[in-house]
Amino acid sequence: MQIANANRLTPYLFLAPAAVIMAVALLYPIGYMIYASFLDWNPSQRIGEAEFVGLRNYIGLLNDAAFLESFWVTIKFAAVVVTIEMVLGVGLALLLDRNIRGMSALRTLFILPMMIAPIVVGLMWRYMYHPSVGIFNKTLKSLGFDPIPWLSDGNWAFASVVIADVWQWTPFIFILSLAALQSLPQSAMEAARIDGATGWQQIVYIKLPLMMPVLIVTLLLRLIDAFKVLEVILVLTNGGPGLSTEILSLRISRTASEFRELGEAAAMSNYLLILLVILTFAMFAYNKAVEARTARLRKAAEEDL
Amino acid sequence: MPKIAFDQVSKSYGVVEVLPPFDLTLEDSEFTVLVGPSGCGKSTTLRMLAGLETVTSGEIFFDDKPISKLDPKERDLAMVFQDYALYPHMNIAKNMSFALRLARVPKAEITEKVERVASMLNIAHLLDRKPAELSGGQRQRVAMGRALVRDAGTFLFDEPLSNLDAKLRGKMRAELAEMRDTIDKNMVYVTHDQVEAMTLGDRIVVMSDGLIQQQGTPEQLFKEPVNTFVAGFIGAPTMNFLDGELVEEGGTQWVRGDCYALPLPADIATRLQSAPDRAVTVGLRPSSFTPDTTQGAPIELKVVVSEYLGAQSVLVTHCGDAEILVETQSASPVRSGTVQTFGVLTDEIMIFDKTSGLRL
Ligand SMILES: Nc1ncnc2c1ncn2[C@@H]1O[C@H](COP(=O)(O)OP(=O)(O)O)[C@@H](O)[C@H]1O
Ligand SMILES: [Mg+2]
Repeated sequence: MQIANANRLTPYLFLAPAAVIMAVALLYPIGYMIYASFLDWNPSQRIGEAEFVGLRNYIGLLNDAAFLESFWVTIKFAAVVVTIEMVLGVGLALLLDRNIRGMSALRTLFILPMMIAPIVVGLMWRYMYHPSVGIFNKTLKSLGFDPIPWLSDGNWAFASVVIADVWQWTPFIFILSLAALQSLPQSAMEAARIDGATGWQQIVYIKLPLMMPVLIVTLLLRLIDAFKVLEVILVLTNGGPGLSTEILSLRISRTASEFRELGEAAAMSNYLLILLVILTFAMFAYNKAVEARTARLRKAAEEDL
Repeated sequence: MPKIAFDQVSKSYGVVEVLPPFDLTLEDSEFTVLVGPSGCGKSTTLRMLAGLETVTSGEIFFDDKPISKLDPKERDLAMVFQDYALYPHMNIAKNMSFALRLARVPKAEITEKVERVASMLNIAHLLDRKPAELSGGQRQRVAMGRALVRDAGTFLFDEPLSNLDAKLRGKMRAELAEMRDTIDKNMVYVTHDQVEAMTLGDRIVVMSDGLIQQQGTPEQLFKEPVNTFVAGFIGAPTMNFLDGELVEEGGTQWVRGDCYALPLPADIATRLQSAPDRAVTVGLRPSSFTPDTTQGAPIELKVVVSEYLGAQSVLVTHCGDAEILVETQSASPVRSGTVQTFGVLTDEIMIFDKTSGLRL
């Protein structure tokens, strides 16, 4: 009995060091941030000296037009980039899922953008968007068109950061979709061809539905990431002009460093965190539902034998 | 229901030629079985017919119309795959009606057809389920049903029964045989199982190593095999092959080996007149032996093992170094370890050329 007990505890014993490190590295900062969000805290104060203000930071933010604007910009940005990236990424995967010569080199080329550090991506695009010497405007001029105010006009600036993000992250969707596509049952596709499906009908009726579980997880992963975007926009526009590209992470960093409101910045982070937690749970719930369904199907099949 | 003709069709994957150029004609409304050991190119042949593989050279004709460049959907055929290839995300009704829905057949007609075929195959109660919720045998029926709801001119089957257990396989085989007699369509059926081939085929095409060895009715293949491969492949238990030589003694032709001497029947003897003293292979079916020594020519065999199969037993016997299978009635048991004399029905002897394997 004693031994059985000890045996049952053994795995936890081995897990303990990792659990402690997790607790310190993860829970401590989060706890710290949650506590800080209830304070009116100036960086020159030590945390003990800050005044406890309860939910004032949270309530204040809900009435803060600038915060709401940047919350809206974030959601708009995430929705737009993820939509475009999903369409392009899945589209490219469907297009390039064939065994012709040179395809593997092409695929490697396609995923390069993802491997470049975001700061570098930002700098690269900033040069390309440069109003007079950037490649885009130079090309436009040489073709006789008017230059475009890529980063100096609010709407264009939003479009510019979207383009840069799409350039960097479409490959992510692309490789996951391609992997999903290549693991589909080949014979089901052949059966569809025999059943008379055109290439387009195979995509709509067979490939996309079968890829759906992977696509949904990919979408949620990408969405979570898009809400946290910072570096590229920081380098490209630093949130401007006006608030047109000021996404939440940028606003948080400015609130902390420029406005010196640590408590408020912490409260903003928590709003973002809540949003991300909801998305993450949505993903887990989806996975769970899929697993439960598979288990149920398997059980039904076994009973029927 | 076209007449299908392969004209010098060949298939290579890269530099590997898996099917050298061959001709093959499948008559209208015939049930043709392609049979041969695994890897001999049966599936490749069928898939070229279906349009799932390109032909490397040659042309396939449906009633004189070349079709090798056409898409599968333009060839008017339905196919049952070895792994069933059901659409995992569609329920059974949707699986079965997919082709009809693509062809924009009216809804009422689709429902009517699906229900008729489903009840014929005993899967009407499963229409709302997903493929994952079915057992292997049920999936097999659905795959069959999906092909049958279509009014295709040609039906292709690629080892549709090989994933089933023996009992279910027997049952499905019987149902297929019934279907063959009621449905007046071209059917091309691929299998490695000679029993399936013999029971189902109007005509059987025996393949080996990418080559067509022989084609004909089951009876022709059993009684008149052209070479040792076909003779050994068709029939169970398999034919016994013994080394021997032809000799003439006392006015009759004999075939003689280490432990036997059998007189040749008149027709073979006349055919072999021109080839005296020649090394040959003798083929004896296990069913050509009888314990009644008053019949046929006597042969002495040492019984090693007796395999009881029910009404019949198969005796594993030795004749010198060679192993010989003998089929007997279990009602008259033979003791293992004894030496017995059997009668050989000499009418059923087959003589093959030893080097080429061709029947003489
Ligand atoms: N896609 C392929 N690439 C290369 N070789 C193949 C391919 N498909 C089949 N083969 C080869 O072709 C031969 C015939 O295969 P197949 O027609 O599937 O045989 P069977 O159906 O008679 O078992 C085999 O030797 C197999 O290895
Ligand atoms: Mg095969």
